Amino acid sequence: MPLLLNEEQTMLRDSARGFIGDKAPVSHFRQLRDSKDATGFSRDYWRAFSEMGFAGLLVPEAFGGSGLGAVEAGVVMEEIGRTLMPSPFFSTAVLGVSALNRGSDAQKAEYLTKIANGALLAALAIDEGAKHRPLQTAMKAARSGNGFKLNGAKAFVVDGHTADLLIVAARSAGAPGERDGLTLFLVDPKAKGIALERTAMVDSHNAARVTFENVEVTADSVLGDVDQGGALLDSVLNIGRGAVAAEMVGLSDEVFGRTVTYLKERKQFGKLIGEFQALQHRAAHLYTEIEVTRAAVLKALQLIDDGAPTAPAAIAVAKAKAGTTATLAVQEGVQMHGGMGMTDQFDIGFFMKRARVCQELLGDSNYHADQLARLKNY
Amino acid sequence: MSDLDQFRSETRAWLKANCPPEMRRPMSSDEDTFWGGRHAKYSSEPQRIWFERMRDKGWTVPHWPKEYGGGGLDGEQTKILRQEMAAISARLPLVSFGISMLGPALLKYGTDAQKQEHLPKIAAGLIRWCQGYSEPNAGSDLASLQTRAESDGDDYLITGQKIWTSYANYADWIFCLVRTDASGKKHDGISFILFDMASKGVSTKPILLISGKSPFCETFFDNVRVPKSHVLGTVDRGWDVAKYLLQHERAMISGMGERGAGRPLGQVAADSIGADEQGRLDDAMLRGQIANFEVDEAALACAAERAVDLAKAGQAHPAFSSAMKYYGTELNKRRHEILMSSGGIDALEWESQRSHEGARPRAWLRTKANSIEGGTSEVMLGIVAKRILDLPGA
Repeated sequence: MPLLLNEEQTMLRDSARGFIGDKAPVSHFRQLRDSKDATGFSRDYWRAFSEMGFAGLLVPEAFGGSGLGAVEAGVVMEEIGRTLMPSPFFSTAVLGVSALNRGSDAQKAEYLTKIANGALLAALAIDEGAKHRPLQTAMKAARSGNGFKLNGAKAFVVDGHTADLLIVAARSAGAPGERDGLTLFLVDPKAKGIALERTAMVDSHNAARVTFENVEVTADSVLGDVDQGGALLDSVLNIGRGAVAAEMVGLSDEVFGRTVTYLKERKQFGKLIGEFQALQHRAAHLYTEIEVTRAAVLKALQLIDDGAPTAPAAIAVAKAKAGTTATLAVQEGVQMHGGMGMTDQFDIGFFMKRARVCQELLGDSNYHADQLARLKNY
Repeated sequence: MSDLDQFRSETRAWLKANCPPEMRRPMSSDEDTFWGGRHAKYSSEPQRIWFERMRDKGWTVPHWPKEYGGGGLDGEQTKILRQEMAAISARLPLVSFGISMLGPALLKYGTDAQKQEHLPKIAAGLIRWCQGYSEPNAGSDLASLQTRAESDGDDYLITGQKIWTSYANYADWIFCLVRTDASGKKHDGISFILFDMASKGVSTKPILLISGKSPFCETFFDNVRVPKSHVLGTVDRGWDVAKYLLQHERAMISGMGERGAGRPLGQVAADSIGADEQGRLDDAMLRGQIANFEVDEAALACAAERAVDLAKAGQAHPAFSSAMKYYGTELNKRRHEILMSSGGIDALEWESQRSHEGARPRAWLRTKANSIEGGTSEVMLGIVAKRILDLPGA
């Protein structure tokens, strides 16, 4: 398969770009931030997004979705990255749907149709410590009667405070660090024993801390098989990582475009600053990094859709690379905008904050470089 | 089964049956490369067998037309062949500037007679070519070259000096930039001409490098007589041909960054340094460096693949090869710094049988030229800034 978007994917991109650029430019995000909006995104736009088929992008056609794949999810994420549009697309349409696609027929029937028509929001609760370490999951799922009793705490639950459904990783056996013994649960956030705190993050996007105190769940709420959640989680996390990497490509490209435009407009010492070789070379280097990253991310998403055994290594490469490139892009963006880049009035700083969050989301560059080294046995 | 699937399985079977095991190991020194030419030497019998089998299939130049000794494969088939060769770490059967640089220019600008004359010989490895571009006072500023070609009836008389001519002392023919008109702007009045290095008046002198080797030469022309019919493209418009060829040269050099398609670098390092009790390379900082390098290397391989796909789809920016050249060469230098760290004290050995006469340190030193030859990294960044980013006054 060529490393290019095909015709349908290009049409999808154009339609996402059209909607997002028109309805939700960066000023939309700024307005939500300034008004300290209680939801953190526009429900109207999410409804429109659903009607355009984006919410159900990964939902099988049998459940009202489009049955598309990781490449298409990446296409939309890249456009979201360009305007920082807050939306539950990542939490619900990517992570939530990818997890539920591996559920029982009953679970699919109950949740997927609602997600596809925009009526249900989901959130994945995985991280516990300061860094993304899925195998270190310590949250306990103790057998209790027919079901389980959940105890523990989760952090950095993206869109947790608006979710209608929490997908929670817990340890039903084994010890933190072990691969076996993980189980995924579908939990109603209004269940007794759950305390949820919306956490205002540096990027003004939605996240939450969730604590579970003796939360009772039934056996029906298990997603996949008991103790065997590791493999399921891997596949969900990998598609999520590819999606965040695609968001970072969009973000990097947008910052870069704004920066190059600025280099062609801003005068200092009687010259356009874009005439200075010191800046030209850094801009050209950044361009190259972004193009290399774009290829690595598309490759990884294609390999996921192919079900290739090399997909995990490709995802590690994509997320690691996208993280370092986005970091470079926002740092160069702010630096080359000079003092203006430091002002809140200018949008460029928003991208820097979002890039920092995307770095940590589902594993930073170091985590994924380490994963690659492990996969290559050294 | 689709046609391409069938092609893949046939190719895989053919490579399995025909690629000798000795040709499925990473190259350890220059001698592992077969360059062809009038005085071609095989370093081993398997090298000869592998070359001849591939040549007979037209797979030294798989994507060239069959009438010129190529394999007649389309873009997708060529990609599959490369993938299947990489999968078994098969070496290139023939490395030549005729294939990677001159060939594409001949295909685009050559007359029928020129194509018939030169392309089949390149494909069959009969003639080894060198490139006469750089001059002592015209390195990165290539267009300020002075070597002049004076008209003399049906011939030119060529006089001047070239420098950094890779392997000129082994080459049979040269493709050369000469000044046919000095009256106008420096990019005008340059012609692209082909001639035999055995011509009267041609001499070469190797340049010893910090690696203790001399892949490069100084090349001198003293009234060398060359028929005018040997000009490739239009007289005085050689700059167009030169630029087109440079794109291919840069694409070739950028490929250096992905040469590691053998054992992962981390395992190479573990061979000499060892692993800790958890099986991790017993040098945490180096392990991190290697892992970061391998991320970039894998990403570059994707970009190279995408560049080919973009070109096929007619969406490639003509200056993108400069970006790839810059990235690939910087990466290759990093690879060799890591290889030196990985080898530690062993990698310092310069003259010993055990070290294949210092193959590793010599290769490390050689890579320092990567970001200079074929246009420096700074020149590449300048091209990207000007032609892709359209920055002012660049």
